[in-house]
Amino acid sequence: MTSVILATATRYLMPMLLLFSAFLLFRGHNLPGGGFIGGLVAAATFILHSLVFGVGETRKILRVRPVKLMGLGLLIAMASGLVGVFTRAPFLTGKWYELVLGQGDKWHVGTPVFFDVGVYLVVIGATLIIILSLAEED
Amino acid sequence: MIAIVVLSGFGLALVAPAVQRLLPRHAGWLLALLPLGVTVTLARHAMTIADGGVIAQSHAWAPALGVTLSFYLDGLSLLFALLISGIGTLIVIYSGAYLSGHPNLGRFYAYLLAFMASMLGLVLAGNLIAVFIFWELTSLSSYLLIGFEHEREAARKAALQALLVTGIGGLALMAGLVLMALAGNSWELAEMLDRRLNLAGHPFYLAIVILIFAGAFTKSAQTPFHFWLPSAMEGPTPVSAFLHSATMVKGGVYLVLRLTPILGGTAAWQTTLMLVGAVTMILGAWLSLLQTDLKRLLAYSTVNGLGTLMFLTGIGTRTAIIGAVVFLVAHALYKASLFLNAGVVDHETGTRDVRRLGGLYRHLPLIGSAAVLAGLSMAGLAPFWGFIGKELIYEATWQSVGQTSGLLTTAAVAANALLIAATGVLVIKPFFGPVRTVPDGHHPVGPALWLGPLLPAVLGLLCGLLPGWPAQVFITPAVAAVLAQPQDIHLALWHGFTPMLGLTGLTLLLAFGVYRRHAGIRDGSARFALGACGPAAGYEISLNGMMKLAKWQTRFLQSGYLHNYILTLIIATIALVGYTLLRGAPFQLTLPAMDVKLYEGVLAALMLSAAVVTVRAQSRLSAIVAMGVVGYGLALLFIDFGAPDLAMTQFIIETMTVILFVFVIYRLPAYKIISTPRQFARNGVVAVAAGVLMTTLVLVALGVREGSLLSEFFEANSFIKAHGRNIVNVIIVDFRAMDTLGEITVLTLAGAGVYTLLKLRPKEDR
Repeated sequence: MTSVILATATRYLMPMLLLFSAFLLFRGHNLPGGGFIGGLVAAATFILHSLVFGVGETRKILRVRPVKLMGLGLLIAMASGLVGVFTRAPFLTGKWYELVLGQGDKWHVGTPVFFDVGVYLVVIGATLIIILSLAEED
Repeated sequence: MIAIVVLSGFGLALVAPAVQRLLPRHAGWLLALLPLGVTVTLARHAMTIADGGVIAQSHAWAPALGVTLSFYLDGLSLLFALLISGIGTLIVIYSGAYLSGHPNLGRFYAYLLAFMASMLGLVLAGNLIAVFIFWELTSLSSYLLIGFEHEREAARKAALQALLVTGIGGLALMAGLVLMALAGNSWELAEMLDRRLNLAGHPFYLAIVILIFAGAFTKSAQTPFHFWLPSAMEGPTPVSAFLHSATMVKGGVYLVLRLTPILGGTAAWQTTLMLVGAVTMILGAWLSLLQTDLKRLLAYSTVNGLGTLMFLTGIGTRTAIIGAVVFLVAHALYKASLFLNAGVVDHETGTRDVRRLGGLYRHLPLIGSAAVLAGLSMAGLAPFWGFIGKELIYEATWQSVGQTSGLLTTAAVAANALLIAATGVLVIKPFFGPVRTVPDGHHPVGPALWLGPLLPAVLGLLCGLLPGWPAQVFITPAVAAVLAQPQDIHLALWHGFTPMLGLTGLTLLLAFGVYRRHAGIRDGSARFALGACGPAAGYEISLNGMMKLAKWQTRFLQSGYLHNYILTLIIATIALVGYTLLRGAPFQLTLPAMDVKLYEGVLAALMLSAAVVTVRAQSRLSAIVAMGVVGYGLALLFIDFGAPDLAMTQFIIETMTVILFVFVIYRLPAYKIISTPRQFARNGVVAVAAGVLMTTLVLVALGVREGSLLSEFFEANSFIKAHGRNIVNVIIVDFRAMDTLGEITVLTLAGAGVYTLLKLRPKEDR
């Protein structure tokens, strides 16, 4: 798998694919997309990289171990549910806040967004663990 | 207030390891401030309680289920809570010195504080569910504490044994408490006590009593469940002192005393307690005399103490209950002191074997004095608190009605004589006998080490000398709570020349005789050890039997062939769903309008033929490609019917499957057809049945859809309430977030499972 075309294309595609996965994640609340799909796209990006450059290289650019990514995701999802609890509502109640950014701009931010980020990370972590571990088997 | 008292222990447990890391030398003293604070907070309410007051507090926990986190502080729970937090303070200080330098000391503090909090919760809880949960928490934290030195197999085994025995009892207790709540029509203990409820006439009564006894007897190590307590001595000494003398094992006693107003007064309750208690009392004293290890000797004498408490509760007269409460305090004080003492002796000499100890008093005067004071209280000699306790026990048996009085008195005298002889073995020989071992002097005995043994022993003496004040403030309210009527109790050392004094003299004479011969008795009785037919062996046999059953079941269910698993899954689904469908309300198959567009028809035909190709494929690659056609076709259908989210997911999953396949294809064995034609036919039938079932389900669902309120609700509220326009996503992250949380948890577990299987195997297996 040392095709120059594939290697070069992957190098240019990687950032765009990752950006696309984040785009899918954040548009998910109003348009097709979301944490699950975004996570799968991100995982697929890294897998493409590992196909071209080998699993070792992929682990290097990942920096964090997928196991930690997965745990972090679950933690974020749980923590987003606790916000509800601390405002005396049931666990996982969606809470929305408006952040005023000046000049009349407002940013709508809510706990479901963080929940979705958690889902995103768990999906990336779990998929990468399974596929990278299998790819490394010898 | 009480909630903070209970829950702060859990909170401090979380940060205890950090405190230990930051201040390794002073963590013990620092962490002990919490139990000390709890003791002071509780003690400040002592006068209110002594005046007949009761403090009840309630916090909503799971209101939908009627479960509240309610607390109930009366004389009985205050006494227990003070013992727990007071002795807990000493134990935390002592642990800092006893385990100093241990790499896991921080974790030890965490377990210890969590245990203390659970125990406080147990004695203060006012709701039956809360009682059960704290009960289980004490079992769990004691498992961690007994198995603290988990590198040793003996410690792991003992921890598991304690957990299983008390855990099974805990399950019985849960059933008992649920029945009790049904019978009493309330989950609130406080309410039942206030109503003066007695369930004796209820049809559930006998079942309740049996189940609650199963819980209390396992926890409080009554015969025949007593065997786990001596095994639990594998835990570090502070654990033995805290859990197995002063607190946890008294959980069962607390429960029985607490429930006596509600369940007591019948032969089933009183006689059972009396009999089991008497047997445990005598057996414990006898076995304690036979031990050579200081801690095991103390463990069996604790069994004796627990038996005595059950015995007195069983007799149930006013004198007996006073005796039980007085003895409870006496036992907690001298037993905590003696356990901590044994720890220091072990620490200084490196042995706990009484045959190798002697003449230690000269080297450890403070510890030796503590041992003498506590030992005299344990032997029940004047002017110690233990003396008052023992006199009350004799008075209770002597005055008990009927012909059993003589029998009960004999049992009490025999048990006490044996126990006093055992005390002699424990105190006289190691400290005053001929010099055998000399401390190596490497470990100076600092205040943290002598405070624990000395303070409770001195308290035992002070309370004995001035019995009026403790009797009024602590004993009276506790007895009043058990007897459910106000009391006025006066205790004194000297009652004049009573039969009880004569019994004490007789006991001492007997004890002296036994002590003189104890070595001979010990060696002689070794021949009569129960061995293969004792309760401990029974535990081993049932544990091994369970393992065998599990192995057989695993071999039966886990064939190791993927196609068997898939077949089982599909058949089970067909059977369960089909059964529900046929047995449920009558349903209608709604045929949708058949305006199939040309390209939809082509797509469906393509998927159908791809499925046929998959089944008939001669190579793995073509099977995978054909499966891919089915998957992508499905994704296209999703797009066609306006479900872009599903389509995107489907596309990516299909791609991932191909990648996964690329990675594993080299390692798979040659593609072969291993099914016989008959198996093919069977698989075909199952597959067709599954297809028919799914089609039916979809058609039924089409008919139901008209009346469904859910999708309308989601459509109407997605943007207004959840601020999102993509209904699918809003369902996933908001309306049904709990389901999603479950799903990602499962995904995490699956990931962790794959990681464990592939990455954490020993090298030679790879």
